[in-house]
Amino acid sequence: MPETAAEAILEVSGLRKEFGELVAVDDVSFSLAQAGSLAIVGESGSGKTTVAKMIVGLEQPTAGTIVACGRERSRPARSVKERRLRAGQVQIVFQDPYTSLDPHQTVEAILDEALRLQHGWPADRRRARVLELTEIVGLDARQVRALPRALSGGQRQRVAIARALAGEPRVLILDESVAALDVSIQAQVLNLLADIRDETGVSYVLISHDLAVVRQLTDEVLVMHRGRVVERGFTARVIDDPREEYTQRLLASVPRPGWKPRRCDPL
Amino acid sequence: MTEATVRDSATSAEKRVPSADLLEVIDLTVRLPVEGEVRSVLRGVSLTIGAGEALGLVGESGSGKSMMARSVDCLLPPGAEVDGTIRFDHGDVGSLAGKELRRYRNQVAMIFQDPRAHVNPVRTIGDFMTEALRSNLGVPAAEARRRAADMLLQVGILDSQRRLGQYPFELSGGLLQRAMIAAALLTEPRLLLADEPTTALDVTTQAEVMAILDELRRRRHVAVLFITHDLDLAAAVCDRTAVMYAGQIVEVRSSSLLHDDPLHPYTAAIAAARPDIDRTARRLLAIPGHPLSAFEADPDQCAFAPRCPHALDECRAAAPELIELDGGLSRCARVRELRGRLKEGQDA
Repeated sequence: MPETAAEAILEVSGLRKEFGELVAVDDVSFSLAQAGSLAIVGESGSGKTTVAKMIVGLEQPTAGTIVACGRERSRPARSVKERRLRAGQVQIVFQDPYTSLDPHQTVEAILDEALRLQHGWPADRRRARVLELTEIVGLDARQVRALPRALSGGQRQRVAIARALAGEPRVLILDESVAALDVSIQAQVLNLLADIRDETGVSYVLISHDLAVVRQLTDEVLVMHRGRVVERGFTARVIDDPREEYTQRLLASVPRPGWKPRRCDPL
Repeated sequence: MTEATVRDSATSAEKRVPSADLLEVIDLTVRLPVEGEVRSVLRGVSLTIGAGEALGLVGESGSGKSMMARSVDCLLPPGAEVDGTIRFDHGDVGSLAGKELRRYRNQVAMIFQDPRAHVNPVRTIGDFMTEALRSNLGVPAAEARRRAADMLLQVGILDSQRRLGQYPFELSGGLLQRAMIAAALLTEPRLLLADEPTTALDVTTQAEVMAILDELRRRRHVAVLFITHDLDLAAAVCDRTAVMYAGQIVEVRSSSLLHDDPLHPYTAAIAAARPDIDRTARRLLAIPGHPLSAFEADPDQCAFAPRCPHALDECRAAAPELIELDGGLSRCARVRELRGRLKEGQDA
């Protein structure tokens, strides 16, 4: 994987997280360029979500450093100002659009609040930006005035993406953000994410177990297994020519035309 | 199981005469009360499953695929209005009650997506697995436990005695789902209803659980209704696959042909919308709009017409019937014109 530390927008090195006796993340390092797209792939227990949480600041690393936009963020923010600054650099879109939005706020109010907290802009400027954001993610005027419960899963996920974009982050963490969507909607959201990256130059860290989605959206990939990175490289190379046994097993398990399930070693 | 035997069993399933059908669903319509109004969830669904046959049922959310399993297992919520007929081994399922319903349920077992939501967390795996044997079939406790241990071995759980004494929280998702499959097979059912049984599992675990399910159903000659949102997964383990949209079946096709020679534009569209692991598309062929639930669909036109790239005025003028073509069924008024062109059209 090319190491371009100079232009890296996100630099993670020697990241480690222990939960009591368990080492959930062990010595994970990577760097992400501006407008780059990196996937962290793994199964449950691989540590991929813990890495995402540490980058956003929802978990504190046991060791290692996280630098985003030249700013160290591996320790908790000491001030509100520092927290806002960090939120303006890295945002996250979660998997489940049904639990990540406030059920009592309209889409408009959700986005307005994010803009007010992040930028402190006056109302008319916020109103204009809400319209721009909802246009970027493809929500119509009726949906903008609706409460989340009136929206489908795909529409809610668009709201979550718009809210994350409100802070104009340089890095967007996509934590299984398309995993819960129906296949026809998933394709729409994946196309949308590709467009947003092209237009804004935002960088993605995609946390996923779905290798087909990873191939579609990312340039580089880390394969994690039991807390460690077992393989890394350009996404197409890792999928077409996996070198590690675990990656090979992962790829062999993906249903595709002509595929047959096979029993592995008994437990 | 070798490729050759797989093909043989598929051929014999096709040749099977209609009277050998184990399950027959005829023109099933189901309406449910939702927030004060009655909404249809299934609209005139007909399907058959032969003894020992695996039928895939594929669809997006709201397509009605899970309601099919619930209808067959008599698990519809109170207040459901049901029209149509469900026959199991030539007997009418709709009229079953009490002891007869319990006897039917011993022959039809269900496996759910989330095993933890369908198992009592304060009872051991052993208690859970042997309950139906002891209370419905009167098998003595020691014998029931012996059978349960044996069945755990068959799903690849080697330390079966220890597992029988454990509680659900002590087992991983993959192990618990295997135990659920073992439990479902203990009463020697003739039909297994599997509703997204591997969706909550990791991909390597999914491959393992599917392999076990496939092997056991062939060895024990159990018919399976396999419900999933994954076309390729259904094709891998099912002889035939039915595709549902807005509470209707829109296509039934031999699984081996479904991906490369679909008969319905919707099937072609969902196959094309899915990212391909073997190549990066410049842009995914997304389907505009969102999947309709049965109650949202206009009953007087093709339900997929508003999203279909091939829709013409005739598609909006009347609701199409299922049309037989090339050994499959398609609910598309233009099926003959579009024959062989759907996959091609998506690639272009």
